[in-house]
Amino acid sequence: MVGGQLLSGRAGVGVAGAPLDVNALRQPGPLTRIALVGNPNSGKSSLFNQLTGLNQKVGNFPGVTVDRKTGTSQLTSQHRAEIIDLPGTYSLYPKSLDEKVITDLFYDQTSAQYPDFVVVTADASNLRRNLLLFTQLADMGLPTVLALNMMDVAEQHGVRIDVAALQEELGVPIIPMNARKGVGIAALKIVMAQTLGAPKAHFYEPEEELLPMIRQIRYYFNLHNDYLALHYAHQYRHISFLTADDRAYIQELTEQYGFEPTARQAQETIDRYQRINEILLNCVSVTRTEKNEPYSNRLDRILTHKVWGYLIFFGVLFLMFQAVFAWASYPMELIDQGVAWINGLIQSNFDGPLINLLTEGVLAGLGGVLIFIPQIALLFAFIAVLEETGYMARVTFMMDRIMRRFGLNGKSIVPLISGVACAVPAIMSARTIENRKDRLITIFVTPLMSCSARIPVYTVLIGLVVPDEPVLGIFNLRGVALMGLYLLGFFAAILSAWAMKLLLKTTERSYFIMEFPVYRWPRWKNVGITIVEKVKAFVFQAGKVILAISIMLWVLASYGPGDALERAETQATTEGRAQGLSPAEIESRVASEKLESSYAGIFGHFIEPGIRPLGFDWKVGISLITSFAAREVFVGTMSTIYSVGQDADQQTVQQKLAAEKDENGQPFFTPARAFSLLVFYVFAMQCMSTLAATYRETKGWKWPILQMLYMTGLAYVSSLIVYQVLK
Amino acid sequence: MSKRQPLAPTPAAPRSVKDLQLGESGTICCLKDPEMALKLLEMGCIPGTQVRLNSRAPLGCPITLVVGDMADYTLSLRVSEAATILLK
Repeated sequence: MVGGQLLSGRAGVGVAGAPLDVNALRQPGPLTRIALVGNPNSGKSSLFNQLTGLNQKVGNFPGVTVDRKTGTSQLTSQHRAEIIDLPGTYSLYPKSLDEKVITDLFYDQTSAQYPDFVVVTADASNLRRNLLLFTQLADMGLPTVLALNMMDVAEQHGVRIDVAALQEELGVPIIPMNARKGVGIAALKIVMAQTLGAPKAHFYEPEEELLPMIRQIRYYFNLHNDYLALHYAHQYRHISFLTADDRAYIQELTEQYGFEPTARQAQETIDRYQRINEILLNCVSVTRTEKNEPYSNRLDRILTHKVWGYLIFFGVLFLMFQAVFAWASYPMELIDQGVAWINGLIQSNFDGPLINLLTEGVLAGLGGVLIFIPQIALLFAFIAVLEETGYMARVTFMMDRIMRRFGLNGKSIVPLISGVACAVPAIMSARTIENRKDRLITIFVTPLMSCSARIPVYTVLIGLVVPDEPVLGIFNLRGVALMGLYLLGFFAAILSAWAMKLLLKTTERSYFIMEFPVYRWPRWKNVGITIVEKVKAFVFQAGKVILAISIMLWVLASYGPGDALERAETQATTEGRAQGLSPAEIESRVASEKLESSYAGIFGHFIEPGIRPLGFDWKVGISLITSFAAREVFVGTMSTIYSVGQDADQQTVQQKLAAEKDENGQPFFTPARAFSLLVFYVFAMQCMSTLAATYRETKGWKWPILQMLYMTGLAYVSSLIVYQVLK
Repeated sequence: MSKRQPLAPTPAAPRSVKDLQLGESGTICCLKDPEMALKLLEMGCIPGTQVRLNSRAPLGCPITLVVGDMADYTLSLRVSEAATILLK
């Protein structure tokens, strides 16, 4: 059958030649658990999104750091299934942390998570290499379905697949499909609703001399399958659920039988490919014509060209920044004004301490969260599109040599670019780097890239001290200043990486073997789902922290020990009257005196000596302290501190900061102070979530603590230099 | 690698993928480096497979290979990694 017949809708349902047996449908019962595996770039995520839509949730696998994506899918009117999306892999022998999740799931037959069956996605245009993983899974004895994806690409490449014959050879149901367009999904769902037996065919028999060892492992662990036992012999050091005794037992066996894992694994791979070649000879024919030369390779001649390649890459980056800073500013302003308007509305109609908490605490903090949404959405959209099209792989290819010089890996470019959106997913994306040292350095320096949480701080402060005028006719001075801050973060990141390269020792080798995916148009549904997920995660996770801190701050700024606030108020009033100030001036003086004697003020004063050399006063001090939880709190804090008791809630933060005066009545935010603060925010580690991510990814407190100390030290010293020079 | 696959290159100076000219093809004879071999094998670089040097990165490294004579796909790897793939 050819891809073209796919659209008939009944393609390849059930076993070849046999009509679908309705009685084989599973009885409605508990959720069927289905695991989704496949090579990277085999369209697995597209399939997952098609099956589950937005019914996805991200959790954690027990004991490892990889995110666990699960979703539910309505297979038929009575059947629902839980679908587990596993990281892409080429084989069941894990090479990276990411891939370990897969083996953990398939090795433990007693686990509650053990899947009822597996759907393997395979790229039909590159069947030989995609079948390797399939044959390994089939040999594990798990009921398996093969989703033959990208039939359209196969056809373009002149690959014709006889699905019926292949189904006969592989002994499992095969569903030809095009997951991006949703072709074949219905047929797959029908097969998924059936009760499947174990695959009928075996693809690899362990050599005779291994059988005694395999049998002993099988007996000891009560396993149902030889091949699984062989994997225990290969992987026992890395299987998380084995006890120390279990491991010692296997180790003894492997020594006793002189088991050589590397040689055996190599031979197994070769044997499997031989078997796959035999199968494909009978089922696949390729007609090569000139126009079948992969268009990707032709595109690559331009996109990875030594001049054009870099120009295009910088163009893409420029477009990304342009989008995030210029295009996002309109919805951001709307959100900002909207919050201010609601605030004004509430304040003019109601009154009382609770209302104050609502307007000065909750709404001020909430505004600080909501305003981010357009930027986060745009950034993640860009990164998702770059990943989806396959361009990201080319970027790593072009950057590898440069990155290596700084102790990084070409693959580090993805976390570094993603770091511009948010360090948390960026640090998580470093998992694809197999080499431990490369990965550690990448994780360590990624937070130095300016993330979107720093944007509000940047825009507010730049808007305060950098004039809005054109440079060189095309750029805007504020834009240039912003770009400068980003570059500062980037250079700090690669120089820190280089320093770490010299400090860290490793014997492990760094690899750079990866597939170049074929260029494809992004699937907007996938991009959309990514955006919704990330924005949701941000609003709920960061939002909770920011909201809590805003409320806490408001309380700390509105109350003080004993009757300190009342005393401050009477004192300020009497002094003001004595100096003959107008009622409005008196009120503002009362407000700032009260703030100064509140808990927050006391704390700010306590740290003031430490930050005075950087040009900061106690008010900025409070914001710095709260920013250590999450840097995006800064603007909200400033807004809260400067608005408590003042009649200025309808103003935007920038107006509040501009109105702030120092002790001589001059504007407080001089260029020296603003730049000092900006530099501090470029370098400082002010994000609990990032520290938590580093902790999770490095499995210990050592690296997050070092990261915190290093970045904050760097920030303090740089800020000090900037302020003392510019003062 | 096991006894069935000779790992040691033949005494005559063996060519490796590193020595290919742009656009030139060669057939893999064996893989020199056991650890690297596992990864390369899984990616489909099996002895007997044809590979063609497709492109070099702007700075000369990494390179891309088109692997296989049937269902082609493109693989990128460093020059040092390519040097471990010996040709017939």
